[in-house]
Amino acid sequence: MYRFKTVMKRRTAVKATLAFGLGLAAAGALPSASSAAEQVKVGLMLPYSGTYAALGEAITNGFALALEESGGALAGRDIEIVRLDDESDPGKAVSNANRLIKGENVDLLVGTVHSGVAMGMVKAARDSNTLMIIPNAGAGPATGAMCAPNIFRTSFTNWQPAYPMGDVAYDRGYRNVVTMTWKYGAGEEAVGGFKEAFTKRGGNIVKEIYVPFPNVEWQAELTEIASLKPDAVFVFFAGGGAVKFVKDYAAAGLKDSVPLLGSGFLTDGTLHAQGDAAEGVLTTLHYSEELDTPQNTAFQAAYQQKFGKAADVYAVQGYDAAKLFEVGLAAVDGDISRRDEMIEAMRAAKLDSPRGEISFSKAQNVVQDIYLREVRNGKNAVVGVAAEALADPAPGCRM
Amino acid sequence: MKTLPLQPSPRSLVAGAGGWRGPGRVGMALLALAVLLALYPAYGATLFPAQHDFIMEKLVTMMILAIFAMSLDLLVGVGGMVSLGHAAFFGLGGYALALTAPEYEAASVWLTLPAALGISAAAALVIGALSIRTSGIYFIMITLAFGQMFFYVFNDSSFAGGSDGTYIYFRPTAELFGVQVVDLESPLTFFYVVFGAMLGTYALLRVLLASPFGRVLRGIGINPQRVRGVGYNPDAYRLVAFVIGAMLAGLAGFLSASQYGFVNPSMLSWHHSGTVLVMVILGGLGTLHGAILGAFALELLHVIIEPLTEHWLLVLGGLIILMVLVLPRGLAGLLEGLNRLGRRRETGGGADDDD
Amino acid sequence: MDPTFFLIQVLNGLQYGLLLFLIASGLTLIFGIMGVINLAHGAFYMVGAWLVWWFAGQFDSFLLGMLAALVLAAALGWVIERTLITVLYEREHLDQVVLTYGLILVLNELQRILFGTDVQGVPVPEQVQGSLRLTENLTYPVYRLMLAGICLLVAVAMYLVIQRTRLGMWIRASAANREVAATLGINVRSLNALVFAAGTALAAFAGMIAAPISSVYPGMGDSIIVISFVVVVIGGIGSVKGAFLGALAIGLADTFGRVLLPEFSSFLVYALMAAVLLWRPTGLFARA
Repeated sequence: MYRFKTVMKRRTAVKATLAFGLGLAAAGALPSASSAAEQVKVGLMLPYSGTYAALGEAITNGFALALEESGGALAGRDIEIVRLDDESDPGKAVSNANRLIKGENVDLLVGTVHSGVAMGMVKAARDSNTLMIIPNAGAGPATGAMCAPNIFRTSFTNWQPAYPMGDVAYDRGYRNVVTMTWKYGAGEEAVGGFKEAFTKRGGNIVKEIYVPFPNVEWQAELTEIASLKPDAVFVFFAGGGAVKFVKDYAAAGLKDSVPLLGSGFLTDGTLHAQGDAAEGVLTTLHYSEELDTPQNTAFQAAYQQKFGKAADVYAVQGYDAAKLFEVGLAAVDGDISRRDEMIEAMRAAKLDSPRGEISFSKAQNVVQDIYLREVRNGKNAVVGVAAEALADPAPGCRM
Repeated sequence: MKTLPLQPSPRSLVAGAGGWRGPGRVGMALLALAVLLALYPAYGATLFPAQHDFIMEKLVTMMILAIFAMSLDLLVGVGGMVSLGHAAFFGLGGYALALTAPEYEAASVWLTLPAALGISAAAALVIGALSIRTSGIYFIMITLAFGQMFFYVFNDSSFAGGSDGTYIYFRPTAELFGVQVVDLESPLTFFYVVFGAMLGTYALLRVLLASPFGRVLRGIGINPQRVRGVGYNPDAYRLVAFVIGAMLAGLAGFLSASQYGFVNPSMLSWHHSGTVLVMVILGGLGTLHGAILGAFALELLHVIIEPLTEHWLLVLGGLIILMVLVLPRGLAGLLEGLNRLGRRRETGGGADDDD
Repeated sequence: MDPTFFLIQVLNGLQYGLLLFLIASGLTLIFGIMGVINLAHGAFYMVGAWLVWWFAGQFDSFLLGMLAALVLAAALGWVIERTLITVLYEREHLDQVVLTYGLILVLNELQRILFGTDVQGVPVPEQVQGSLRLTENLTYPVYRLMLAGICLLVAVAMYLVIQRTRLGMWIRASAANREVAATLGINVRSLNALVFAAGTALAAFAGMIAAPISSVYPGMGDSIIVISFVVVVIGGIGSVKGAFLGALAIGLADTFGRVLLPEFSSFLVYALMAAVLLWRPTGLFARA
């Protein structure tokens, strides 16, 4: 049986009860042999308010679905979940993480979406040697310069989905490309990945444009792009910014003359709002809801049934976070004191994820296929595999 | 019966500091609170076994904010300079540590602390020189704009992690001739170092305010024309105060960055300046101990209210408005008022002869 | 830079500057006439954007939504002036700063409670959805041109009201000397409420017409207020003419900064302000 508990926020607690009422009812029917004291405590530190609230919810749902599939317990151990809203505020990241680590004494810390916040959590997890799984944030250093045996990532590095687009762009005959993104870590790492592959092949980056985060007014920059007349434009934007960029790009008339390429977050969870403006946009990502595999079909069906909506890439990452933890727990028969063996098993894990088979690199970041997708009729249609079993090079990781 | 002066002298409001009158009722209460705080590490673990580490961390945060609030009190409460950009110096102190610390080893306090204070002072000298020529509303707007300028310097450029901020993986070390003097990595030691810094800041400002410089500055805060009339140059005094305030804010930022091992641009944002201004006013302007009270009160309120509601900022905003409407002299004024009331009752009235 | 693109960038800069003027003019008027520094002015910009998003959705019409939002915003300004701002006239600037700061927190949080924390888009009204072709590969949205035109119209209307009407005369008299204005039989209380409501409506209106091009998001007023202060400081506090020129200067500096010196673009507008202050410590058109 698993139990959800929320620290700090009353409304999220209510939401949790609603969202997992079904799960609780089902779990309550199971014989519960162990008492609360023997539960394994998992802290979910995710955005439950603000711009990224939907992502936090999806990751939580994915995690809960995986728990439920194994009967509410992982490797025979009951799981207690403590949720904390990180508010996507890096300024509070370390203190919030410590609230879970020191205040709640969690056995596993899971989080988060925002890269800056995730790095704060990595710092807190390293300082206290707490086991941590990152279910989204793509900040390279978390499994790069800051890599540690107690830190895993089931999502991606910002480099990972962007790098294969460099090859795609070159293969499509583009030679002069302008890149554009917000001036922050995720954007710079994604553009860096694209640039690395593209220039290695002989492509030329005409200009790298950076706009301050989270600015969404870029008329001057679009004018600049028009005056540079590149073969294509590569961008990294997500969420509301992605919606607005794709629409502004079309309104400026650039869509018809300069093809738009992007890291997959440009068109993930945003297509409905982007409408026709997104048609034909090419992106690379480690997942698409349209993937036609038995694993994905089953996952989508189960998710749809439990939560009444389609699962997105974030749900998959949350789901795999729980699956990875299960591998570790199973290897030590639920005895979390045997930490080293647990980590050893997690490092060697091979998961049959809805996104395809995944494993883990030396730096403990996920190794996965990257798909090439094109927006067709409002959906991210899978065009092909842009890179197979791609591992992040993890620069600076001394492990 | 004398009327209460509009701008209380330090002697009248800070019992204990005057010396000649003894601690007094308010002073005793404050002293008791300080002792309670100082001894917390001794009894905290018994009282709150599960939450002890967390509370220790929060108390350190409060003490750092108290230093920050006192540094602003010097400008606003004493010198009459309403700055809305004070967080810039707090942030500069923190970033100075982040930028001078080597990535994979601990930096030395002897190198990074002077750097933090020096950078804050240099920035304050430039901003101060430009803004002190103006007063009133111009001063408010200009400090706000310059504060925001520094925010963007760190938010938009890549040299310190941009909007993501950057981490300091090790607390600085304090060694003398190769021997470690204090171990800042230990939470207990760090607690007392910050406690010492807070008391030190208080004492320093107390001494400063009692000096001729402090008296002139207070005069400027009340009426710059009169001070100019008797032959002082208010701008010079204000600039010196502005720089001292900035250095102390830099110290607070340095300690904050050491505590969490993390700096990001929100340290410099004008919301941070606004919050610390609220602390100073909540505590009571120009009293120094009021700034400490305000910082603790606001943070305590934050810790208590945040778990209860998602809308802590609504509560805070409402409280701020209420405070301006009904508590213009802050907590220190309230304490003093209660004290007066109590004493009047004892002596049968007419005994509020502080001055 | 290609002359065509240079001109397009000038257009971009002017368009941004005109929008800034709408916001800054209300701020400078409120200070000039009432002597109140209103930090919450940016929050009214945010309120306007959210109201138009909500009402436009309800009525399924941007124009109707805007009318409703405008009335509500002006009413909000009136109520806030009568209940809170009125206390501040006799207080120091410090109290004004702190109280209006509290007001920002309240308005920001109320927005979150009422409308949520997601980023929302407001569709450009159907009649003006098209784009004009400017170069072989660049088109310019008609709505952006219209926005610049509306801002210009408001600027002209404001000039006429202040310079040519009886109300304008009262405003000018009140700005010059409140005590004297009162002795002349001007109802300063009502005038204050009216000016504050109008200033609020101006800021909210700016938020409304900006909503389709900037999206609507929580806390969107927090950065606009600072840049508005920069405009007001450059122009001279209390001067509408100064706010106009200051706004255009900032709009152009920001746009060209982003293209020519992207590393320093945000920094540039503050450097401009510092330069103006070195030259004239009270702005370009400060009242004596």
